[in-house]
Amino acid sequence: MQRKPMAITETVEQAGAPGSGATSRRRAGQALTWLGIAPFLIFALLFLILPTLQLMVGALQDAQGHFTLNNIARLFTDDILGAYWISFKVSFVSAAGGALIGLLLALAAIQGGLPGWIRPTLMTFSGVASNFAGVPLAFAFLATLGRIGLLTALLRQYLDFDLYGTGFSILSFTGLTLTYLYFQIPLMVLIVAPAIDGMKAEWREACESLGGGTWYFWWHVALPILFPSILGSALLLFANAFGAVATAYALTGSSLNIVPILLFAQIRGDVLHDQNLGYALALGMIVVTGLSNAGYIWLRSRAERGVA
Amino acid sequence: MKRTTSRIGAWVAIIVGSAYFLLPLAATFLFSLKMRRDALSFDAYKVVLTDPQFQATFSYSTLMAVLTIVTGILLVVPTAYWIQLKLPRLRGLVEFITLLPLVIPAIVIVFGYLKMYNSSALLPLTAHERSTDLLLVASYVTLSLPYLYRSIDTGLRAVDVRGLTEAAQSLGAGWGEILLRVIFPNVKSAILSGAFLTFAVVIGEFTMASLLNRPAFGPYLQLIGANRAYEPSALAIIAFLVTWASMGLIQVFAHNGRAKPKTA
Repeated sequence: MQRKPMAITETVEQAGAPGSGATSRRRAGQALTWLGIAPFLIFALLFLILPTLQLMVGALQDAQGHFTLNNIARLFTDDILGAYWISFKVSFVSAAGGALIGLLLALAAIQGGLPGWIRPTLMTFSGVASNFAGVPLAFAFLATLGRIGLLTALLRQYLDFDLYGTGFSILSFTGLTLTYLYFQIPLMVLIVAPAIDGMKAEWREACESLGGGTWYFWWHVALPILFPSILGSALLLFANAFGAVATAYALTGSSLNIVPILLFAQIRGDVLHDQNLGYALALGMIVVTGLSNAGYIWLRSRAERGVA
Repeated sequence: MKRTTSRIGAWVAIIVGSAYFLLPLAATFLFSLKMRRDALSFDAYKVVLTDPQFQATFSYSTLMAVLTIVTGILLVVPTAYWIQLKLPRLRGLVEFITLLPLVIPAIVIVFGYLKMYNSSALLPLTAHERSTDLLLVASYVTLSLPYLYRSIDTGLRAVDVRGLTEAAQSLGAGWGEILLRVIFPNVKSAILSGAFLTFAVVIGEFTMASLLNRPAFGPYLQLIGANRAYEPSALAIIAFLVTWASMGLIQVFAHNGRAKPKTA
């Protein structure tokens, strides 16, 4: 606990002495300059960085506070590995599907030669739908594709098709993935639109004047240019799905064994009864989302260099 | 001819996409009207809107959202301004910090709070209801940092921050006055769009409120969902309208704020 105030003073002190050979008066001026963002840094330390670091430290300690790798080792049980695997699959499929469909929609709206009102409408709607996540989204899909959902009933009544007879359930892997796509696709539209805007009309004209057809243009010119943006966006979608709790919890309760739900139940005190194992679970989540975000940032910087 | 094929493909993509997005909304709306056995009615909405629990949790979350927006703006605007004016070499660091909430899942952040601010900790914020509210607002400010910072930073970049500051200083204005009377008005539309986005994110937020055990709208939604049949659909439609209204207001202010409107 003692570490907390010290970390803050440390930052401010470092702030005070940046350059070598500066006069003491300039140093005081520099320190004052740093004071301008001190509230932000203190806030970030108290409510973002330190709490997360505490969990990471807790993941490497036993109940008495001694260093151990035992918590990490205990993640590798069938139950917990299974949860990570299902989470991975849901996030992967919803990210890949969201990226592909979102890309097609954005391409259609921006480059498809459609009437001008389509694009702003799609963008506004994407802004709404990408934020329409959580509990209400679960309700919407239950009302649509749940056991007594409207679409389920209509299919049975008019097409004599028993959706649930095929083994489908909104409470399953497929159901959850389908629901996640509802915010993944619009998020993709929003992220990838600027990259598509960056494609110049001259490229297509150049390609055509050299005899390249539509397919040639998309496959050999547009796709290689857009690829870092697409892959990077997909990684962002992956992290987005991996950390989501509310939709899955409201949709399936605790019946689907994914990591965020497992962690939620652990914090609520329903399972495990082992704080430090919970910290290790959280650490695992940060590692997964951290890696995919690092990938996103790396690919985005490559994409920016490529276009510029 | 090629252009025609690609246009047909574009139409197909848009129509299929629209169907996927509009179908659940239509189904939810119809479902919410079916509470009465024999006819369509708005009974589910009546039940929901007159539920004292609905009113209490919705006003609580509205209050939290307003506090979040005010705190967030007071934290982010001066920081983004200062970075632009005096510390441009720290832009990378600050941007990185504001993006961290996208990397660290909300559930992990709140788990960290419960560890760091538990009732036997140095700063036992979770020990009292009011201080837990404080923690909830802090968590919401954290969640909204990526959107709020980006929106305000973009707004500030479009303004000649240095020129305005020097002009105000030469007229004898202090820092507080510069921020309040020069900088804030100049990024008003960016602040407002960040604020409405924050509102949309916070109003139905579930994870933080539920694990901090506060009587917010998100946990109420979940509770109704687990126990009722038609009311959840009505609530989903209401939540969708609230999100839509927030986003619509962003568009309105974005168009008013800039000479040349730029979509989303």
